[in-house]
Amino acid sequence: MKYTLSVLVENQPGVLSKVSGLFSRRGFNIDSLAVGITEDPSISRMTIVVNGDEYILEQVEKQLNKVIPVIKVKTLDETGAFISSELSLIKISCSAKQRSEVMNIAELMQAKIVDVSLTSLTLQIADTQENTETLISLVKPYGIKEIVRTGMVAIEKGADITKKHNA
Amino acid sequence: MISGAEIMVKCLEQEGVSLTFGYPGAAICPFYDKLYQSEIRHILVREEQNAAHMASGYARSCGKPGVCIATSGPGATNLITGLATAYMDSIPMVAITGQVNSELLGRDVFQEADITGACESFTKHSYLVKSASDLPRIFKEAFYIASTGRPGPVLIDVPFDIQKQEVETFVYPEKANIIGYKPRTQGHPLQIKRALEAMAEAKRPIICCGGGVVLAGARREMIALAERTGIPVVSTMMGLGVIPMDSDRYLGMIGSHGHKNANRAMHDADLILLCGARVGDRAIAAPEQVAEKATIIHIDIDPAEIGKNMTAHIPIVGDIRQVLGTLAEKARTCAPKEWVESVLQYKADYLPRGEESETCVEPRSFIRKLSSMMKDDAIVVADVGQNQIWAANNFNVKEGRFLTSGGLGTMGYSLPAAIGAKLAKPRRQVVSICGDGAFQMCMCELGTLRQNDVNVKIIIMENQRLGMVREVQDNLYGKRHAATILDQGSPDFVMLAQAYGIETARAETNAQANELARKMLASNKPFVLVCRVDPDLPTI
Repeated sequence: MKYTLSVLVENQPGVLSKVSGLFSRRGFNIDSLAVGITEDPSISRMTIVVNGDEYILEQVEKQLNKVIPVIKVKTLDETGAFISSELSLIKISCSAKQRSEVMNIAELMQAKIVDVSLTSLTLQIADTQENTETLISLVKPYGIKEIVRTGMVAIEKGADITKKHNA
Repeated sequence: MISGAEIMVKCLEQEGVSLTFGYPGAAICPFYDKLYQSEIRHILVREEQNAAHMASGYARSCGKPGVCIATSGPGATNLITGLATAYMDSIPMVAITGQVNSELLGRDVFQEADITGACESFTKHSYLVKSASDLPRIFKEAFYIASTGRPGPVLIDVPFDIQKQEVETFVYPEKANIIGYKPRTQGHPLQIKRALEAMAEAKRPIICCGGGVVLAGARREMIALAERTGIPVVSTMMGLGVIPMDSDRYLGMIGSHGHKNANRAMHDADLILLCGARVGDRAIAAPEQVAEKATIIHIDIDPAEIGKNMTAHIPIVGDIRQVLGTLAEKARTCAPKEWVESVLQYKADYLPRGEESETCVEPRSFIRKLSSMMKDDAIVVADVGQNQIWAANNFNVKEGRFLTSGGLGTMGYSLPAAIGAKLAKPRRQVVSICGDGAFQMCMCELGTLRQNDVNVKIIIMENQRLGMVREVQDNLYGKRHAATILDQGSPDFVMLAQAYGIETARAETNAQANELARKMLASNKPFVLVCRVDPDLPTI
């Protein structure tokens, strides 16, 4: 089972290694981890997708809470609906003849063509992991040269937010 | 103007630190120079790991964070085992290390080591100081983090140039304000109510006392709860000595090396009040089997311990002292008579092992004898190996303390920890019980002992073996003694002690050992008592 955690941390050096090290040391598997600053520049948010069972999730939450610069841990799957998105850049082999076919796929999947050359084409997609996977499978026959993915970021639906303090 | 080094000393003064343990080097010289000019006492160790162990023994004996100091590079890396030992046993400690100049960080210059990186999994928190003006806040936070919640070691790594950096003024913050660190101390009232109900209903209740009870200073509350409810008590190794071992209700230590009657009581119980115990594998080998048969009330300050190794039916997160106080106040007598009688019968059926010998010193009977000769508030520090189990199962702790490296199992812990304990509690008798393997890991500290004339008594159980591993080899590896024989490699420990100018003697029989122990305890000087032990003796 995959769980998405939204983690607020103090924006200071060493926090990322403290958090990521905790996962590897305790044998928890991270699917993806994305970090960026929040509306408050002294605080960063990590969106972590963890693969495991309920025991692993509980331990991940508790161990994360023990890391001193970690301010708040919230498992989004538990709170109900959330929006998730991941930015991916996909470079494929593409001759001039194939270009219009690929453009059709891009349009269908709401991907953007961000670079093109005589033999290649680069697509950009910002979407759920599921849609990203679909796009990848559609362009795979042309020959994928390189994929760069950011990892997932997520936000709760509606007016709820992950706050610094417990409500 | 005031330098970073001076600020560091002032911070220690503000925290009420009067004693430090360490080993200098070039990268920590500015700090040492200011420390030298202050009132704070510094004990020069012979190897940095032992500075951490001394700080640990000190912290455990007086309840305040121990402070240890090392230089950059190898000084800092030598500290690691000491920090890891303290981390596993949740000992409050602040470690200060020197670091190379901040502009040289990452260039692999002489004596550079990424110590904050290396210690990430062995410290509760760590700091690499980037500006002298951050020092007061960092020290305030470090002492606060080390000593609150679940205690643990905190590392402060201070580059050389930061120690030299001058800032305008020194202002020590009144309190630490860490947004992500607010340990919960009050147990949830509803959970406490549920616990009281479960205790009232239980037919076969038992209290399991762990190291958290010691750390929380909840001895009185624990005794009050046991007396009030009449529930029998077992202990983990880290919880030894909370309940006086001669008390009626005390059944002994649980675990793979514990008392059979204590384990049997745990096995038969229908309710276990687990207090400040993390259910380590040496204490409870098959936690889920235990949890299937009994209702588990788990009290711990660290929420991550609850449910980590064992299912908890009624979890209570909070300060043990506060929670036990409430339970003791509100609980009624609840231990059914038949149950109490049956577990006390197990205890009565148990006969201590090991009889006095005329051909060597039988350690279990000797430790029982030794403990009868010592004062009620004596501090015994057991090392790791067979000696640890002999001491744990046979030293009768009454009003005193039993200290050991229970979690990490660090050999060579006992002598330095005993030195720290004695310096914290100079009026108490302090004895270190170790094997000849463990002693050789820390014997350089005889120098520290002599230099500071610390009145610690050292008992070396000399069997020329790494006895516990030897026993495993006998049982599981066809009696092939791979690398567990010390024969001919060990020094004559009596001559060694004499070389340091320390009083010493050797015992070949229990009668001699008893006589020499009397002499040892009568002396007001450090003493090394070497006991020749049969190499084939079992641990239990």
